[in-house]
Amino acid sequence: MYKSLEEIREAIEKSGKPFWQVVQEEDCKESGITIEESFAKMQAMYQAMKDSNEEYEDGLKSASGLVGTEGAKIRKAREAGKLTCGDFVAAVMEKALRISESNACMKRIVAAPTAGSCGVVPAVLLSIQEKNGYSDEEMTKALYVAAGIGGVIAYRASLSGAEGGCQAEIGSASSMAAGSMAYLLGGTAEQIGHAAAIAMKGLLGLVCDPVAGLVEVPCVKRNVIGSVNAVTSADMALAGIESQIPPDQVFDAMKCVGRCLNPDLRETGKGGLAATPAGIEIAKSMKM
Amino acid sequence: MNLFDIVGPVMVGPSSSHTAGAVKIGLVARTLLGEDVAKAEILFHGSFLATGKGHGTDKAIVAGLLGYTPDDKRIPNSLELAKQAGVSCVFGSIDLGDAHPNTVKLHLVGVSGKMMDMMAASVGGGRISVSEIDGMTAHFSAEYPTLIVRNEDKPGLVANVTALLQEYQINIATMQLYRSGRGDQAVMVIECDEQVPDCVAVALKQLDGVRDLTYYPG
Repeated sequence: MYKSLEEIREAIEKSGKPFWQVVQEEDCKESGITIEESFAKMQAMYQAMKDSNEEYEDGLKSASGLVGTEGAKIRKAREAGKLTCGDFVAAVMEKALRISESNACMKRIVAAPTAGSCGVVPAVLLSIQEKNGYSDEEMTKALYVAAGIGGVIAYRASLSGAEGGCQAEIGSASSMAAGSMAYLLGGTAEQIGHAAAIAMKGLLGLVCDPVAGLVEVPCVKRNVIGSVNAVTSADMALAGIESQIPPDQVFDAMKCVGRCLNPDLRETGKGGLAATPAGIEIAKSMKM
Repeated sequence: MNLFDIVGPVMVGPSSSHTAGAVKIGLVARTLLGEDVAKAEILFHGSFLATGKGHGTDKAIVAGLLGYTPDDKRIPNSLELAKQAGVSCVFGSIDLGDAHPNTVKLHLVGVSGKMMDMMAASVGGGRISVSEIDGMTAHFSAEYPTLIVRNEDKPGLVANVTALLQEYQINIATMQLYRSGRGDQAVMVIECDEQVPDCVAVALKQLDGVRDLTYYPG
């Protein structure tokens, strides 16, 4: 996989091929699968993302009872015209809740890059497909862009909350979603990079503080902020706004910030929201 | 790592380590046992013990023991499905000291009465590490075709085993050696790049000094 977005940009310039294809070809070379096999596999990932949204159950609650029904509530408010944020953002928010709640409720999802952040990329991509009517094939290409950005982040920093805090999970998912949205809307390689950089910058420093150690509070709602942040970041990049710090350096900064985080704030369930009186009370009631 | 580690895997939630990895541990244990599980004692350590209930780690381990993969939609119902299939599952806790926080110890009895103990940890992203089989150290990821050879601790056995693998053009990716004591029982854990055909496994078993062999196809 590529070690920097700069390398990807150079490969695009040299070959004249689009972002997704450069990422795909490099991966096929490494993993020894054919272009066709790879594409079919990625398309299956996109289909599984669609399924994870459609298979949401309105009344379902997680085993702990901490999450569930949020997606249904937003849909109701959306249909009643009660949301202020506008319908596209509402659609994104609803899907982010549906998919990440489904994850908490032991339903099938696509880790992208992790299970805890599984709502972000599909919330953005499915909503844009609904809005602009792209084919599944085009959406599959957008997923390659997301994966390519995620690969760079994995190499330069981390995709694990235990290593880098929530910025490594929701932050990375948001960065991936922003870049793939910029790609779909015709962004250049530079704009894709700016979108990814702006999204990560917005979430830099976000800690991983799951209450009772569960992928529920605050994870489900953080999927919303990751998704919405991706949309605004892509819009900024497409409007010509640039990240003054290049994306690769933003990812490097994410790694440094992750290292600086106290272990209590890296998926141990010991700090932040998990350490509040309410969080501790919930944890006590959850022992196996 | 490849692109499908970044976008993927498709899995039943909520956690790649506490759910998907736990399914894989159960599945590897069942494969190593080599038959349907009749009875399972499942002992959780560390974070598995502390947060396993909310992550469905109990359901995930049992789902794996039933032969389900991490994307199987039956995982949330595995405890009832095990009961229906007559598989007895007992859960408990164990303090394994400074073992990986996501460690589980399994005591399994198969339908023919065959027994096996296995200890494994879920190490993140759905990946696992098997750390012990029947009390013997054996670190492997179950991502490669893996041979676990139990043998007498005496000179020449490693050479004989690897010579046989060479003969069949099987490349060794990693190899580890352990023993319970000098001249006592030893274990070779060999991760291979190629599948090991049945005839090779049989031939390995017949080597002088080899006591037992388990194969995990990866």
